[in-house]
Amino acid sequence: MTRELLEGNYAMAEAAVRAGVEAYFGYPITPQTEILEWMSHRMPEVGRAFLQAESEVAAINMLYGAACTGARVMSSSSSPGVSLMMEGLSYIAGTELPVVLIDVVRGGPGLGNIAPSQGDYNQIVHGGGHGDYFPIVLAPASVQEAIDLTVLAFDLAEKYRSLAFVMADGSVGQMMEPAELPEMRPVRKERPDWAVTGAVGRERRILSSIYLNVELEEKTNFRLLERWYEVEKNEIRYREYYLDDAEFVIVGFGTAGRIALSAVRAARAEGIKVGLLRPVTVSPFPAAQVAELAQKAQAMLVVEMNTGQMLNDVLRIVKGACPIEFYGRMGGVVPYPDEILNEIHRITREPVSPDGDPRLRWMQRFTPGRGQ
Amino acid sequence: MDTSVSTVKNQTVYIRPSALTDTPSHYCPGCTHGVAHRLIAEIFDEMGIREKVIGVAPVGCSVFAYNYFDTDFVEAAHGRAPAMATGIKRLLPDRVVFTYQGDGDLASIGMGEIMHAAGRGENITVIFINNAIYGMTGGQMAPTTLPGQKTSSSPSGRDVETMGFPIHMAEVLAKMEGSGYIVRRSLHDPKNIRLAKKAIRTAFEAQVRGLGFSMVELLSSCPSNWGITPLESLKWIEEKMVPVYPLEDFKVAPTLAGLKF
Repeated sequence: MTRELLEGNYAMAEAAVRAGVEAYFGYPITPQTEILEWMSHRMPEVGRAFLQAESEVAAINMLYGAACTGARVMSSSSSPGVSLMMEGLSYIAGTELPVVLIDVVRGGPGLGNIAPSQGDYNQIVHGGGHGDYFPIVLAPASVQEAIDLTVLAFDLAEKYRSLAFVMADGSVGQMMEPAELPEMRPVRKERPDWAVTGAVGRERRILSSIYLNVELEEKTNFRLLERWYEVEKNEIRYREYYLDDAEFVIVGFGTAGRIALSAVRAARAEGIKVGLLRPVTVSPFPAAQVAELAQKAQAMLVVEMNTGQMLNDVLRIVKGACPIEFYGRMGGVVPYPDEILNEIHRITREPVSPDGDPRLRWMQRFTPGRGQ
Repeated sequence: MDTSVSTVKNQTVYIRPSALTDTPSHYCPGCTHGVAHRLIAEIFDEMGIREKVIGVAPVGCSVFAYNYFDTDFVEAAHGRAPAMATGIKRLLPDRVVFTYQGDGDLASIGMGEIMHAAGRGENITVIFINNAIYGMTGGQMAPTTLPGQKTSSSPSGRDVETMGFPIHMAEVLAKMEGSGYIVRRSLHDPKNIRLAKKAIRTAFEAQVRGLGFSMVELLSSCPSNWGITPLESLKWIEEKMVPVYPLEDFKVAPTLAGLKF
């Protein structure tokens, strides 16, 4: 294959087609509507199911039904739409079905705006839906990574009978850059031994998330937890940049991580020994790597496009092993590399307090808006 | 002892349909869910489609419908059965997909999903149990509760000024261009049960023939939450519900009109 100039949303949609997705159900919402539009012509073209649902609530429940047949299925949405899907996502998790959902995150809360944001970290990584379940969450920082992680999401969802999210943001969804699509894979014909397909020559099968017997529900909760520990053991993915000799460490995912890399390169040009850890799986989170880096770092800087949702996880993991600072932009504002470079200068020039609340310190030095 | 010759001729007049599992019922005495289940299972046997059927159970008293049918089944979230059925049918168009839903599930929380499934002409069959009350949660007002009817959340009776009017789903869905067969029947006496069975058969025949969305609304009893005996419940359907919910054919695709079973 050759590299082409591709928009993130179209690229993720076509990557799913080439990964053998058999059904897509969705509802228009900016900044991911191009996925729906692409699927609306591409899926019929290759003889697969496409349906524009009447709402995100309907879309996720169509997906729930389609997943019960054992086929490779997906939907996509953006933050407010994903909020509407939370009921269905919990049912899908409770029924232990493999489902892929792309969330192209936008500014919130509420209607918010259509600009890039990472405000869905808590909604996706730490739940949203009711009950005990653990989704796999992949966070791309480029169009190429969005393609690769979309394909991976299907494989992981099926391997662990799990929800797998691709949590992109508006910029990954909307920007164009050179990337390479995978070869077209044949559609998987075989169906898993739990799939509901009509009881032809076999015992009937029932797929449900109801366990009125509390002990069976407890066993189900425990099974999901055990499976999650398998995911944590096998599937943690991250990218390391300039960390070998780094005295200062930045942690950021997705677009925030990519912008931080520009700042790290600028600082390296000045001779500052700073590196970047970019979690690719934000769930499971590369906790051991963050903990190890904290042991040798003079200070750590967490950069996000939200109010510090991942920061809470980093604080829990680092447990005071090194001082932590935070820098965030919110509500659809994307940080410039210079802003992060300024933060790097600050933590390298003056000692960072090992105590106190890094979010509070950031609030005290931060002015929201860009002079508006 | 000679056991090779039997002089007694047994004629079977009543057996459990093979599409119904041998499972003790969890439904209350006098509830007509059991009758509806049996009719559906008899039709699966008669049409020979048991192995092709995929059912979608609702939330409500019939949440455990899947326990009784010897077919593949899934369990939907409250009101979402038509969406789930859509997902299944779009991937397995040669299977027979049906939802079994009560009035709270279909006409209240699931109004969006049922309307759009009908609007799309989704080729599924819906069995709609209308007993004018929420059963599983203990007798609250439903969208189908009759004017003046007392429930645990309309203790002085449904006042249409503040609580609105009953919703007539069969009439509403028959207006949709995508629907192929929409009728209302009742389960209050043997004659009406036979008519209900014929309607359910026609609804599944409509799906097998690809005629679009089909629904049979069944007026049903809920003695436990109505607070009357099973026998009084059947009379209540006949005397109170039928005048509000007429037993009619609201939409019959032309090719179904002449079908004989």
